[in-house]
Amino acid sequence: MSATNGPAPVIEVRDLCKTYDDKLVIDHLSFAVQPGVVTGFLGPNGAGKSTTMRLIVGLDRPTSGEAVIGGVPYVDLVRPLTVVGALLDAGATHPGRSAYDHLLYLSQTQGIPRTRVDEVLELVGLREVARERAGSFSLGMGQRLGLAGALLGDPRVLILDEPVNGLDPDGIMWIRKLVIYLAGEGRTILISSHLMSEMAATASDLIVIGRGRLIAACTTDEFIERSSKRSVLVVSPDATALTELITGAGGQVDVDADGALIVHLIDAAHIGALASHAGLELHELTPQLASLEDAFMEQTHASTEFGGNSADGARDPVAAASPGEQP
Amino acid sequence: MTATVDTANDRAQPADVGARLDTTGLLRSEWTKIRSLRSSVTALVLLVVVTIGFTALFVGLTVSQWDQLDPTQELTYQLDPTRLILGAGFQLSQLAVCVLGVLVIANEYSSGTIRSSLLAVPRRTPMLIAKAVVFAVVVFVVSEVAAFGAFFVGAPILHSKVPVGIGDPGVLGAILGAGLYGAVLGVFSIAVGAIVRHTAGGIAGIIAFVLVLAPLTQLIPGSVGEYVFAYLPTSAGQLMVNARQGPDDLLTPWQGFGVMCLWTTALMLLANFMLRRRDA
Repeated sequence: MSATNGPAPVIEVRDLCKTYDDKLVIDHLSFAVQPGVVTGFLGPNGAGKSTTMRLIVGLDRPTSGEAVIGGVPYVDLVRPLTVVGALLDAGATHPGRSAYDHLLYLSQTQGIPRTRVDEVLELVGLREVARERAGSFSLGMGQRLGLAGALLGDPRVLILDEPVNGLDPDGIMWIRKLVIYLAGEGRTILISSHLMSEMAATASDLIVIGRGRLIAACTTDEFIERSSKRSVLVVSPDATALTELITGAGGQVDVDADGALIVHLIDAAHIGALASHAGLELHELTPQLASLEDAFMEQTHASTEFGGNSADGARDPVAAASPGEQP
Repeated sequence: MTATVDTANDRAQPADVGARLDTTGLLRSEWTKIRSLRSSVTALVLLVVVTIGFTALFVGLTVSQWDQLDPTQELTYQLDPTRLILGAGFQLSQLAVCVLGVLVIANEYSSGTIRSSLLAVPRRTPMLIAKAVVFAVVVFVVSEVAAFGAFFVGAPILHSKVPVGIGDPGVLGAILGAGLYGAVLGVFSIAVGAIVRHTAGGIAGIIAFVLVLAPLTQLIPGSVGEYVFAYLPTSAGQLMVNARQGPDDLLTPWQGFGVMCLWTTALMLLANFMLRRRDA
């Protein structure tokens, strides 16, 4: 088992910059991805997630700064696929080549035994169609083939860009279990997705970037707690009177479908005190955490509004955060 | 089922930085890439079939029209019948080699495979070299099959007019030359494909060069045109396919081959420079 010989390498990005056509796409980005946990990589579309991943694995050259894996730049790895597995886009296969031959040629460059090709095909569920042309594959099957390529060298570092794109719910669940299992073996896993619920369920650490800059690098829980969008769920038979009290104290009240109050801006203790002073009955008083999506929207929004002085300052942060990954 | 992930692979450490890349593995990998595409295999088979077919057709037509040949042309054929036999199919097969050579690398860009390939060989140069070596060997073998086939089909047809045998001076050299020319032309085309990175653009470019630009230089007046033409990669290299030095040839076959190799080396250096420098 490969996860036995010491901790897996750490991915380190140090002061990384990348410009395309004089436009700064990655702006002095620094972060580290630790082994043993799934690290989610979040950011609005165009934030530079894919670019950062391409820079880490040497497909693009940084304008300045560096990215290293276990202290070594990717290009200096002799059998890179046995150290780092990357799924960058599902389209990285020739449509006329079979899944088997695609994996075979990759394995030959690394001295990986041919039997491993069959193993990963079995693992990702493509054994039945291994000899069929990759061009006939659905998006989900292509994604599975890309994942097979990433797992081919049994690497201890995995870099997956939107791995659940095009997968059905079964496939999404399967990937989630797989990456959590692999992280549990002590591997280093960086995974990007625009599906917030998926990230909340999979990643325990987060790297969040916006416009090529670091917004947050912390645990998922910390990131959500940092959100000011926390609310309190209040159920009371005296809802009308209570609403007046809360509004008077500076709170903001929404009513949900069941007639419960969703209170923002003041906390549960304050609401409890107000109710108690007025002699109002409370059936429920529950602090609610923001969803990852709320926390993400709020914090990336802030970064685009207050942190922005780069060339594309006019970009609409809401539009930029809409789902659908750009290449 | 996830348990199969952790098969032992303990050499997967950054510690093996500095170890040597497995050259054999790289060559096998490039061979897998070529043979696993039905289009490239079909094209190579067609190359042989069409070359031999056209040789039969062209030599047959020439023989049937022999009496209407003008005397100088008849004399050329008498002097170097191998040139007539190999020349017919050769013009077609060299175009096939050009197209395939461009495709072998430009295809990787158009399909996105290049990203998989470069993830596996991030230094990039070894992949380009392995690709060139494997393709050169493949083209050499296929061209030899085509050239021998063409000779043994063409020579009997021509026999009634000009008898020529495989043992005649220069004949074997010309047949081997066809393979060598094809191999170097293949590498030349890979370099073009690697620089252009675009299938249609690369193919259009190299065919325009071979079919249009190179012959056009002959229109440059005076000896300048002759020299420019003689030192172009294709026209210099094609001298290898002649059994005898033509009276008008400025270079010997081996000199011509050397000129072609120099062009190819220069283009490969440029291709490698750009491959390493550009984002994939």
